[in-house]
Amino acid sequence: MSSLRILVGVKRVVDSAVKVRVNSAQTGVETANVKHSMNPFDEIAIEEAIRLREKHGKDAVEEIVAVSCGPAKAQETLRTALAMGADRAVHVKTDADLEPLSVAKLLSKVVAAEKPSLVILGKQAIDDDSNQTGQMLAGLLSWPQATFASKVDIKDGALEVVREVDGGLETVSAALPAIVTTDLRLNEPRYASLPNIMKAKKKPLKTVSPADLGVDIQSRLQTLKVTEPAKRQGGKIVASVDELLDKLRNEAKVL
Amino acid sequence: MLSAVRAFAISRPALGATATAAVAAVASRLAAKPRTLAAFGKDSRLYHKPARSSTFKKLGKDDVRHFERILPAETILATPAVGGSADPIELEGFNADWLNKYRGSSQLVLRPKTTKEVSDILKYCNDQGIAVVPQGGNTGLVGGSVPVHDEVVLSLRNMNKIRSYDELSGILVCDAGCVLEELGNYVGERDHIMPLDLGAKGSCHIGGNVATNAGGIRFLRYGTLHGSVLGLEVVLPDGTILDNMSTLRKDNTGYDLKQLFIGSEGSLGVITGVSIATPRKPSSVNVAVLGVPSYENVQQAFKLARRRCGEILSAYEFWDANCMGAVLKHQELKNPLSSDYPFYVLIETSGSNKDHDDEKMGALLEELMEQGIVEDGALAQDDSQISRMWAMREGIPESLGKTGPTYKYDVSIPIPVLYDIVGDIAGRLETAKLYTPGEPGNPVRLVCGYGHIGDGNLHLNVVAEKFEDRITNIFEPYVYEWVSSHRGSISAEHGVGLMKRDYLGYSKSPEMISYMKRIKDLFDPKGILNPYKVV
Repeated sequence: MSSLRILVGVKRVVDSAVKVRVNSAQTGVETANVKHSMNPFDEIAIEEAIRLREKHGKDAVEEIVAVSCGPAKAQETLRTALAMGADRAVHVKTDADLEPLSVAKLLSKVVAAEKPSLVILGKQAIDDDSNQTGQMLAGLLSWPQATFASKVDIKDGALEVVREVDGGLETVSAALPAIVTTDLRLNEPRYASLPNIMKAKKKPLKTVSPADLGVDIQSRLQTLKVTEPAKRQGGKIVASVDELLDKLRNEAKVL
Repeated sequence: MLSAVRAFAISRPALGATATAAVAAVASRLAAKPRTLAAFGKDSRLYHKPARSSTFKKLGKDDVRHFERILPAETILATPAVGGSADPIELEGFNADWLNKYRGSSQLVLRPKTTKEVSDILKYCNDQGIAVVPQGGNTGLVGGSVPVHDEVVLSLRNMNKIRSYDELSGILVCDAGCVLEELGNYVGERDHIMPLDLGAKGSCHIGGNVATNAGGIRFLRYGTLHGSVLGLEVVLPDGTILDNMSTLRKDNTGYDLKQLFIGSEGSLGVITGVSIATPRKPSSVNVAVLGVPSYENVQQAFKLARRRCGEILSAYEFWDANCMGAVLKHQELKNPLSSDYPFYVLIETSGSNKDHDDEKMGALLEELMEQGIVEDGALAQDDSQISRMWAMREGIPESLGKTGPTYKYDVSIPIPVLYDIVGDIAGRLETAKLYTPGEPGNPVRLVCGYGHIGDGNLHLNVVAEKFEDRITNIFEPYVYEWVSSHRGSISAEHGVGLMKRDYLGYSKSPEMISYMKRIKDLFDPKGILNPYKVV
């Protein structure tokens, strides 16, 4: 197999364990003073790239490049990717809110510069749940895509991906270069070890701007309002089966 | 036999330069009075069970009738033996502790909903001379929360309301039966945390925490409950309600009576309400797990952690390879490190400025690696990794429990010699041919140690095939002698309960024990509250 370069997209999002709150202006969720981490699906993407290299050897996977589009703090997320095992990082720095199409356009330019033969992305980011970037990137590049991967391998220079579909497992094959988006069960990401965290500080991290890449990141959608879901009504303890039946019939109206 | 042991406690020789000689003397005194250990029940359960005191009234149907008059029906669980209709199996969870080591045979469980009901119950029991065991979440480890014989179980689980919360001062006032984790969630939504946290948080009650002066994993940062508890509401055995529900941080008016109830293990009064100061939730938390080659290095790392991260250091926990083996076997967790080490350390920082904390923690970890104090480590990158790392430490007791019946010793020892006792005990068990490390099929499966280094608190655990005399005799009273000779405490955070009452003399002088008894007599002259325990 000829030598591969793998590009992995990572996004900095509000930590999955944080209970999000809508901000007072109702324009989005509160992000100030809230813990941020790498999007969990992107952690899985990085892990998969590292595992491909561990499985096939350094000659087969020559380089893993992490890329993130976002504000200055996105560099923390890139450092995490580097500490997990990526070799270098590209930061597309912008404070603007990015829609999936803008991210896909930015990534397509990074792909043009870096020339990877495999791009692995999380299937979605847990903050906006769009699930579009990988598919749009495949469209822009005219590359094959294998989404929602639960198993990834490279055989004879071709990509083989197992996808979890409604009826069971679907195995697909595609020629490289290709796009893969990761599902939750693909792998369990590793912890960043101290020696690797120290090494990560010395790994190269390049910063570019959307303008450098010649991409217009103007949003096409405008967020009108963000509201919290209705508060759940508290449960009730009933004293008898009769009362339960009565409530099911007359209050819940399910009987 | 009890009186003999107690006499020994009173005549305990002073420990000092001649500690070893004193210990030898103590040992020979004990040897002269052979201790009889008795197994109770069908399964492997073993402990010293004092005889039932004949001064206590045997519960009768009239007593249950009386409780039915003063309490709502759903709060009473009485077996047919005392005129009730509850299946004895329903009382099982109140009669046995979670280690399945201690077991009583109470026929009556009362679960009052109000302080007034608690008062009415105690007044009646005191008048009638009926023994009572107060019970919270029943997660204790020293047999303090279950009846020894037929004491009435007074469960506080129905008293579980939050009374008030002041978001400005962070002062929480609540019923004693509130579950610690639920309180944590409640104050968590208001950007605060409980000043204590422990593995049993999902079951244990705040009242029980206070009654046992529980320690846990936030002790290093937020200190003892003697500091964070601001007020208590306590019902005395005669029914008097001692309302000391202060929400004041400062109150120097006379004797601070609430302090007596903190750690009294339900032997002086029943705590029904708690007023407690909750700290602000730290906005930045870092957790790392380290692989450490020796106990000496565990100490060096602690020293450096205090020097570099003193003001943000919020936990420093350690466990040994045997603990790790049990956790990885019994929990759905993977080792954050890529190989095995003799010791593991979990270090946590909590602060309010992420960049500042990250930088300090990063510098500390780098220094630890560069100096070779630790050999490997992993730094949590997100909150789910933080909780998995904590789950590893907090999963130790449960994992050991799944390995087999576990002898637990919770002791305070000066940090430099803290871990020596684990090796000593393993050596004694090996000499007695009861244990071969790493080899299955022996009466003892595992000897291990873990705990809160920052607080000088070791949990020495011995996992056996079953609880039996020849094993118990290896470390009782040896462990207590050992601890005593190093001027440690035979109970760091688990309390005395039934398990350690007869060994109190190893940590407290005869004069102190004598005054403890006078305090007990003052509050509970008939001795109905949690009898056979503590003093």
